[in-house]
Amino acid sequence: MSKLTTMREAISSLVPDGASVALGLQMEQNIPFAAGHEIIRQKKEGLRLIGPISDILFDQMIAGGCVSEIVAAWVGNVMMGSAYNFRRATESGAIKVFNMTNFSVALALQAGAMGVPFIPTRTAMGSDVPKGNHFFYGIFSPFEGKEPLLAVRAINPDVTIVHAQRADAEGNAHSWGSFGVMLEAVRAAKHVIIVAEEIVDPDVIASDPNRTVIPGFLVSAVVECPYGAHPSPVQGYYKRDDAFFREYHQHTKTPAESDAWLERWVHGVADCEQYVELLGGARVEALGVKQHAYAAATDFGY
Amino acid sequence: MSTSAPDISTAPPAGYTMGELMVTAAAREIRDGEVVFVGMRLPLIAFVVAKRTHAPTAVGLFENGVIRSTPARELIYTMADPPNILGATQCLDMLAVMSLLQSGRVNLGFLGAAEVDRFGNLNSTQVGSGKGMVRLPGSGGACDIASLAHRFVVLLEHDKRRLPERVSYVTSPGNGDGPGWRKRAGLPRGGPSAVITTKGVLRFGEDSEAYLASVHPGISVEEVLSNTGWKLRVGGQVAATPVPTLAELHAIREYDKEGFWTK
Repeated sequence: MSKLTTMREAISSLVPDGASVALGLQMEQNIPFAAGHEIIRQKKEGLRLIGPISDILFDQMIAGGCVSEIVAAWVGNVMMGSAYNFRRATESGAIKVFNMTNFSVALALQAGAMGVPFIPTRTAMGSDVPKGNHFFYGIFSPFEGKEPLLAVRAINPDVTIVHAQRADAEGNAHSWGSFGVMLEAVRAAKHVIIVAEEIVDPDVIASDPNRTVIPGFLVSAVVECPYGAHPSPVQGYYKRDDAFFREYHQHTKTPAESDAWLERWVHGVADCEQYVELLGGARVEALGVKQHAYAAATDFGY
Repeated sequence: MSTSAPDISTAPPAGYTMGELMVTAAAREIRDGEVVFVGMRLPLIAFVVAKRTHAPTAVGLFENGVIRSTPARELIYTMADPPNILGATQCLDMLAVMSLLQSGRVNLGFLGAAEVDRFGNLNSTQVGSGKGMVRLPGSGGACDIASLAHRFVVLLEHDKRRLPERVSYVTSPGNGDGPGWRKRAGLPRGGPSAVITTKGVLRFGEDSEAYLASVHPGISVEEVLSNTGWKLRVGGQVAATPVPTLAELHAIREYDKEGFWTK
């Protein structure tokens, strides 16, 4: 059954106000900016955003008025430092932040993916991260040694949004590069939206099952959206638009500047296609692959 | 595998930046054959320099899931930039590399921070509280590295406000409040081994407290002490931080051509 749909329809039907949404799960690559921008355009409210780190997308969604809570280890602009809307909203108390660590985000999603209430860890013990934070609870091992551990509470997002290199119409998806916490976030979620650079024939996906990071039966919607991860990189498709991250840092220092930024890049365009037009052909061309580097062919024959 | 000391016998070059000096000092913390959690910014280049000089068999782990035995072939701004994927030894997920960290397979991790205190505890979450609180980006993987690596090294600007007696929020645990604290807290191993600042290098004694081990060329001990937020102890012999060798400078400049991280 084809799950192909438009970004507008996928966000409208699967991201209700107040939903918990996991996105930006592959760290600084394959960040689903186009999906985040559609959430902003549809003026979703009261969302809980979940991720290990967020390289400016959470900041944009905060500026768009969509966010009430954040469960993350790091929110900012990786190459430039702070993100101003996150700072303002946190310092004023407008949003609530649950401070996590990267590993504990991964463990929380893995617990959710495994269907258990928690996973024990040795990280963060003695730090202030677990204090007053209901995602952590001190326990002792029930086995010999009885050593102290931290239980990390399971997270099951209402919806996980993943930008993949290619998917078929059922949502079976290939991705390559680094996966961050994407694999467990997909398994933990109640719904999964796949945004793909390309929609391909199911035979393409089945030809390399070790590269299938998402099985289609977990997926609720599939959206074809070339350049939908810009300005983050997608291996084999386009590189990181470093200048865009610099410009975002320079042009979002005040609420008025942030509003103007959103007006130009999000509200001022109807969809990702218009966004790419706004970027301009020269900029898009400059980001494209200059030197292909194909993996060796893999023989699945027998 | 041998642990070779960096070659500092060649004549010091005429000029280098503070970033280059700090990168060099960081690179020398990496021993050959070690497994290193690399982190971003200056440590990224420290890994490149170490690989190209004294630690050719060091292995780099990145928390997004990348494992590399060779440095990326060109400058990267984030660990997920395409050059850091191309030619990697393995690209898996965060759980894989963090599990290696937790099970004790990582020798050394690098961290930045807004604040570091007397016992090497780090704050990168928030400074102050209530009105006037300044929110910072947060832990990322820093708390995990500080908790679980066999040792960690911190890089930051030397400023009284950034080196308080006690951090206001412990994002990443150092030696807590003194000897035995990590074990009591349930941490399996580790702790801070060096804090490389813009003025010198602090190390940690058996009493878990930081002491001044070396000052950078042109910096006096007094200048370090008057810019530190507590009465910093001074090591028996305060050395001068070794300046970069030509080979180290060459490795830095070949990689960070425009000096984005090291100018």
